[in-house]
Amino acid sequence: MPLLKNNTFVQDAWETLADDALVGDGARVIVSLARLLKDWDILAKHTGLLGVAVPNTTRADELAPYISRIALIVLPFPAFTDGRSYSIARHLRLDGYRGELRATGNILPDQLQLMQQVGIESFEVTERFPLEAWQHAARLINSTYQRGLTRAGNEKEVWSLRHQGFQAWEEQPHAG
Amino acid sequence: MYRYDEFDAAFVKQRTDQFRDQANRRLSGELTEEEFRPLRLMNGLYLQLHAYMLRVAVPYGTLSSKQMRRLAYIADKWDRGYGHFTTRQNIQYNWIKLEDTGDILEALAEVEMHGIQTSGNCIRNVTTDHWAGAAADEIADPRPVGELLRQWSSLHPEFSFLPRKFKIAVTGAPNDRAAVRVHDIGLRMHKNDKGETGWEVMVGGGQGRTPMIAVTVRGFLPERELVPYLEAIMRVYNLFVRRDNKYKARIKILVHELGAEKFKSEVEAEYAKHPAQTTEVDERELARIANYFARPTLDKQSRFAPHFEDAKIKNKEFARWARNNLALHTDDGYTIVNISLKPEGGIPGDATGEQMRVMADLAERYAHDELRVSHAQNIVLAHVKLEDTFAIWQELVKHNLAAANYGLAGDIIACPGLDYCALATARAIPIAQSLSRKFADLDKQEKIGPLKINISGCINACGHHHVGHIGILGLDKKGEEFYQITLGGSSGDSASIGTILGPGFAGDEVPDAIEKILDTYVKLRAPGEEFLAAYRRLGPAPFKEALYAAA
Repeated sequence: MPLLKNNTFVQDAWETLADDALVGDGARVIVSLARLLKDWDILAKHTGLLGVAVPNTTRADELAPYISRIALIVLPFPAFTDGRSYSIARHLRLDGYRGELRATGNILPDQLQLMQQVGIESFEVTERFPLEAWQHAARLINSTYQRGLTRAGNEKEVWSLRHQGFQAWEEQPHAG
Repeated sequence: MYRYDEFDAAFVKQRTDQFRDQANRRLSGELTEEEFRPLRLMNGLYLQLHAYMLRVAVPYGTLSSKQMRRLAYIADKWDRGYGHFTTRQNIQYNWIKLEDTGDILEALAEVEMHGIQTSGNCIRNVTTDHWAGAAADEIADPRPVGELLRQWSSLHPEFSFLPRKFKIAVTGAPNDRAAVRVHDIGLRMHKNDKGETGWEVMVGGGQGRTPMIAVTVRGFLPERELVPYLEAIMRVYNLFVRRDNKYKARIKILVHELGAEKFKSEVEAEYAKHPAQTTEVDERELARIANYFARPTLDKQSRFAPHFEDAKIKNKEFARWARNNLALHTDDGYTIVNISLKPEGGIPGDATGEQMRVMADLAERYAHDELRVSHAQNIVLAHVKLEDTFAIWQELVKHNLAAANYGLAGDIIACPGLDYCALATARAIPIAQSLSRKFADLDKQEKIGPLKINISGCINACGHHHVGHIGILGLDKKGEEFYQITLGGSSGDSASIGTILGPGFAGDEVPDAIEKILDTYVKLRAPGEEFLAAYRRLGPAPFKEALYAAA
C-alpha cells in the first residue's frame, strides 16, 4: 500500500508491530494502543522512535501522558462516513501535539484535503488512484471559512483575509 | 440580502468544478456508486425512485428575484417545468439527469447558489423564520447568524463525515416560527438588560422515528462565542454518538442516553479546554454580514391605506385573502404577503417555472427584490405596501397563486412521499390533495381557524407530522398503505410532539376521519379557542370517541 506524504509517494520508514513481536533497538515501530498502555514501562525506554495505532474510539485525553514520547499516531478511517478520526486529529493538534498524524483505511482523494486541514500529514492509500489524482486533490479548494486549520494546501483563511489588519491564526506548530 | 464576495464566489466555483469532476468519474466508472453516493449527497444529489433529485440550497430561505428566475429556468430546461419547495426552505427538482448536474450547478453558481450540504451526513442548510427582518414581534433579524453559520459549516473538515445529518435553526423572535426546539441545534435570540445580544442554545431536538424536544444547554451565550461553542457541541457529538445504528446516531439520542446534565458538562469541558484564540474576527465577520441584511429603505406610509380598505370592501375574495394571507409588519402601511403554494387539490410546495417568474416579477416590482421560502412550503414577500396588495393579488389570481388559506386547514405540509421518495412507505401527496379538496370551502376553513396539518410518507417525518396540530403518518402494512393520525403536536414556543389517536386508516378514509376530528373540535371549543388549545384542554378522549366509538 503506497504511503503518501508531502505530495508524493514515499517509502514507509515505520514498521507496524504485532502485539507479540519484539521491539528492535533503534527501530521506528508502530504499536497498538493496547500494547502501549500495557507495556509502557518497557516502551518508554525504547531507543528508536515510537508510533501508536489507536482505535477511533480513543479519547485524545487518554494519550496525554504519553504524547511527548510519541512521534507518530495512526488514525483509522474505517468507512467514508465514519469521521471520528477527524475530530481526534483536530483535538490532538489543538492540544499541541507536534508529531506526525497518519491516516489509514479506505481513503478517497476527495477526502485528502479535509484530512490535511485537521493536521494529518501522511496517508496509507490504495493503488487505485495515480499520484496525480492525489496531488490534484491536495489543493483543490483554495480557501477555508474555518479558522485555525492546518493549511498544507496553502488555503486562504477567508474570514481573516476579509478583516485585514487582523492576522490569520498562528500556524499550528507542526505545519510546514 | 447577502451577496457573495470574491472568496464566496471562488469557493462555490471550485466546489462546483469538484462536483462536475466527481460526476464524470462516476459516469466513466472510476468511482463506484457506493463511493460516489456520499460525494453526490454532499452536493444535494439524491437517487430517488425514478430519477436523480437535486436539492438546491436557499440559505435561511432568502432569495432575490434574479435567483428565483434562475430556479424557474432550471425547472424549464432540465426538469419537467416545475420545482418543489421543501420544509427546509430549499427547492428540489425531481427529474434530473446525472450528466446535466454539472451544468445545473454552474447555472446556479452564476447567481450565487448551490446544492452544497443540502443532503448527506453533514451540517445542513441553516433554516430560520421566514418573516425574519420584517415581523413585528422580532428582536432582531437572525439571518446574519444564519449566514455566519452557513460559511462556518461549509466544507468544515472536522464535521463533514458525521454519522447522520445535522440541522440547525435560528430565530430572532419570541414567537418561534423556525421550529428551533425540534432541530439538532436550535438558537433563539435574547437581549439582556444591558441591551447585549445573546443566544439560547438548544440541543437534541428532532423528529424522525424518535421525536424529541431539545434541551437548553446555555440560556444566554454571548453572540461572539457562537462559532467556538458550536464547534464544542459538534466535537462532542462526532466523537461520542453511537455509530452502531443509524437510527441512534442523531445528537438527540446522545443527549437522551447521556442525560442532559452529563451532555452539557461534556460540552462545557470541551469548550473550556479549547477556547477560541480570539473571537474578534467572528465578531467583525458577523458585523460585515449584518450590513447586507440592513432593512431596505421603506418610504413612510400612513397607517390608513385607503385603496386597500376600499378594495376589501368591493371585493370579498380579496378581503378574504388579505385577512388570511397578510401578516403584521413592523412599519405602518406595510405588510408581509404570504403566497400560498397550496391551491385546492394541488401538490403542497410545487410551483411551475411560470409561477416562479411571476413571483419574481412581483418581488422585484413591489417587495424590494426579495422573496422567502417558508418551512411551510409557501413563498413570502416580506416588505410590501398595503396599497400594493390588491395589484399583487390580481396578478396572483391569474396564475393560480392566490389561495386564501394561509395557516388554515388547506395549508397542508407534506413530504414528496412514495410518489418520488425511495425511503417512503406510503404516498403523502394524494392524501394532501384529497384533504385539500375536502376542505376546499374557505368559509369552512375560516370557521375552523388556524390549523397545521402535516403529512409524512414514512417515519423519517420529513412532513413534520409529529409537530402538526394534526399529523398524518403514512405506513405500509403488508403491501397496503395506511395512515396513523396524531393530535396535539406543535413546533411553536410551547413545542410538543403529537400523540397517536388510535388505529390507522386507509388512504380514502383519511379525509372523513379528519373531518370528524374537526367537527368535534368545532362543537366543543370555547369561544375563540384554537384547535391546539382546545386539544390541550380536552385531551384525546372526545376525538377518539368521534373516530372510533361510532364504528
